[in-house]
Amino acid sequence: MEINAEGICYRDLNRMIRQAVSMGEQSIVLRNINGQRYIGNGIDSKIKLVVKGTPGQDMAAFMKGPEIDVEGNAQDGIGNTMDDGKIIVRGMAGDIIGYGMRGGEIYVSGDVGYRVGIHMKSSDEKNPVIVIGGKAGDFLGEYMAGGMIILLGMLSRTDKNVPLAGNFLGTGMHGGAIYTRGPVDKHSLGRGLGIREVSGQDFDIIMPYLEEFGRQFGVDVSVMLESNFYCIYPTTHRPYGNMYAY
Amino acid sequence: MFNLKRTNHKPWDYRKDISGCGLSGLINTNGKRVSGEVITRSIRTQHDRGNGLGGGFAAYGIYPDFKDHYAVHVMCDSKTALNNFESFLKEVTVIDQQERIPTRASTTIRNAPLLMRYFVKPDLEADNPLFDKGMSEDDFMVRMVMKINLDVPGAFVFSSGRNMGAFKGVGYPEDIADFFRLDEYEGYIWTAHNRFPTNTPGWWGGAHPFTILDWSIVHNGEISSYGINKRYLEMFGYHCTLLTDTEVVAYLLDLLIRRHGLPIEIACLALAPPFWNEVDRMEPERKKLCEAIRMVYASALLNGPFAVLFAFNGGLVGLNDRIKLRPLIAAESGETVYMASEESAIREICPDPDKVWMPKAGEPVVVKLNKTE
Repeated sequence: MEINAEGICYRDLNRMIRQAVSMGEQSIVLRNINGQRYIGNGIDSKIKLVVKGTPGQDMAAFMKGPEIDVEGNAQDGIGNTMDDGKIIVRGMAGDIIGYGMRGGEIYVSGDVGYRVGIHMKSSDEKNPVIVIGGKAGDFLGEYMAGGMIILLGMLSRTDKNVPLAGNFLGTGMHGGAIYTRGPVDKHSLGRGLGIREVSGQDFDIIMPYLEEFGRQFGVDVSVMLESNFYCIYPTTHRPYGNMYAY
Repeated sequence: MFNLKRTNHKPWDYRKDISGCGLSGLINTNGKRVSGEVITRSIRTQHDRGNGLGGGFAAYGIYPDFKDHYAVHVMCDSKTALNNFESFLKEVTVIDQQERIPTRASTTIRNAPLLMRYFVKPDLEADNPLFDKGMSEDDFMVRMVMKINLDVPGAFVFSSGRNMGAFKGVGYPEDIADFFRLDEYEGYIWTAHNRFPTNTPGWWGGAHPFTILDWSIVHNGEISSYGINKRYLEMFGYHCTLLTDTEVVAYLLDLLIRRHGLPIEIACLALAPPFWNEVDRMEPERKKLCEAIRMVYASALLNGPFAVLFAFNGGLVGLNDRIKLRPLIAAESGETVYMASEESAIREICPDPDKVWMPKAGEPVVVKLNKTE
C-alpha cells in the first residue's frame, strides 16, 4: 500500500502505519516524507517500509524486524536501540546512528555524522552491524560494548583531505570491533584500543556484510577489497577501570 | 517584568515531546529579498523541537526606506515603562519615525508586551549625556541599548540594527510569525528559532534571536561558560540583562568582530577553538595563531553544546561547538544558502538543493553577501 505523508503529523502517520501493519499489510511505501519523526518505531514484524523523502529523528527506534529502505538522506538517531531488522539509507545519515543498537543491520551509502554506533552492544544471540559507505565524524563507536561497524570511505561527498574517521574514534570502547577500509591516524584513536591489519578469519566475519552493501548500492566487492582493511578492537574490557582508584 | 513562563499548553492536554531548540536560516547571496513566509514554513517543520515557550526571527533588508537609520525595536511591560523609555530615547537620539510594530490578532499569542519601533539617528550634540567625544555612532548605540536595558524598568530594546529587525516572543515560531505579520516583510537574510527553554525562563525578552546593532544570534544548546563570558563582556561595557546564556554570543561578536576588527573566521576560532592536543599537531604558523587566540581570548571561549546561526547585514554564519553536541546541516541552491537543525527544514522550502552537507564541529560556515548595496 501507499501513504502520501505530505503535511501529515508524525503521530497520525505512525498511527496509520501501525494500523496497516496490524491489518496484515506486508509492504508500505511512504511518499513525500519530510521530517516526520519515529517512523517504524517498535514494529515487531517483518514488514517492508519504503521511505521516499527525508525521514525525521529517531526513525526505527526499538524496531524489531522490519526492513526500511530510505530513498533520500536520513536525519539523526536512526536505529536508536534497534533490536532486529534492516535499515538501508540511499544517501547520508546524521548523528548518533544506531545509538545503543542491540541487533539488526544498518547500511548507509554516503557519509555519516558524529557519534555513530555510540553504546552499541551485542549478546549471545545478536550482533548488530553498521556499514558506512562514506566517511564518519568524530566519536565513531563511542562507548561501544559490542557489535560491528564497517567504515568504507568509498562513496563520500567530502573533500579528499577529510579523514576517513574523525577524532576520538572508539573513545571508551570496550567491546565489539570497528573495521576500516584503509588506515586511520593513530592520534584519532581513543584510549585502550589496538589496531591490526585484517586477514583470514576476520574477512570471513565481514564478508557477508560487504556483499550485502555491494548488492544494495551496486559496488563490486572486489573493488572494496582493493584496499587493506584494518580492525580496531579494545585491548581491555575496562579501559577506565582504575580511573577513580587512586 | 512580563508574566513569565507563558505557555500555550492546556494543562489537560499535555503531551511531552522530546525536544531541543530548532534553528533555520537562509541567505540570498545576491541580496534578493524573499517573504518571511518562506522561513516560517521552514521553522514550522521543526515544530516539535520547541515547546511553545519561545519563537523568533531576524530579518535583513526589511527597512529599505530607513536603511540609514537604526531601527530600535522595544518591548515594554507597561505604559509607564514605555513613557520612560520614550523620553529617554528622545533625549539621546533624533527620532524620524515611530510606530507600533504591526501585529495580528492571535488566539495563540497572548499577554504580549507593548511593542514599538523607532527609526533613529544618534543625537551627537555636546549635551548628550551618553556621548563621548570621538565615539562612533555604533559605539553610542551599544551604550544606549545597554543603558536602557539596565536602567529603564520594564523596557527592553530587542533590536537595534540598520535595515534589519528582530521579532520574537513567547509562542511557537509559526504563531509568532503570524502575530508579527512576517509574511508582509521581505529580507535577503532570515534566521528563525524555536525555543525549548531548559535553564532559564521562557519570557518575551528571553526568546531568540538576541541582537546588538545588526548582529543577531539564534542558538540551540547551552553556554556553560556564561559566567566567564558575562564578566569578560562587562569589562567592555556590555551588560547581560535578558536572563539567557545566548545573549553573551551577540555581544562577543560585536566585541571581537566590530570593535577588535577580527575577521569572522578568527572570531569563530576564538569562540570554538581547537583542543590543545589538536593545536600541538598543527603546522607552525597555524599553531602560533591558535595558541595566541586561545590565550588572548580565553574568556571568550564558548563551552558547552551549541549550534548557532549568526547574521549581520553582510552575511550569515553557522557554527557548532567543538565536538558537535547539537545538529547543524547546510545546503546550497543557486544563489541561496540554507542552514538548519534538520535537513527536512531545508527541504520544506528547497526540495532539491544542489548540495547538502554536514558542517564539521567548530568549523564555521561563512556565507557573505556578494554586494551590500
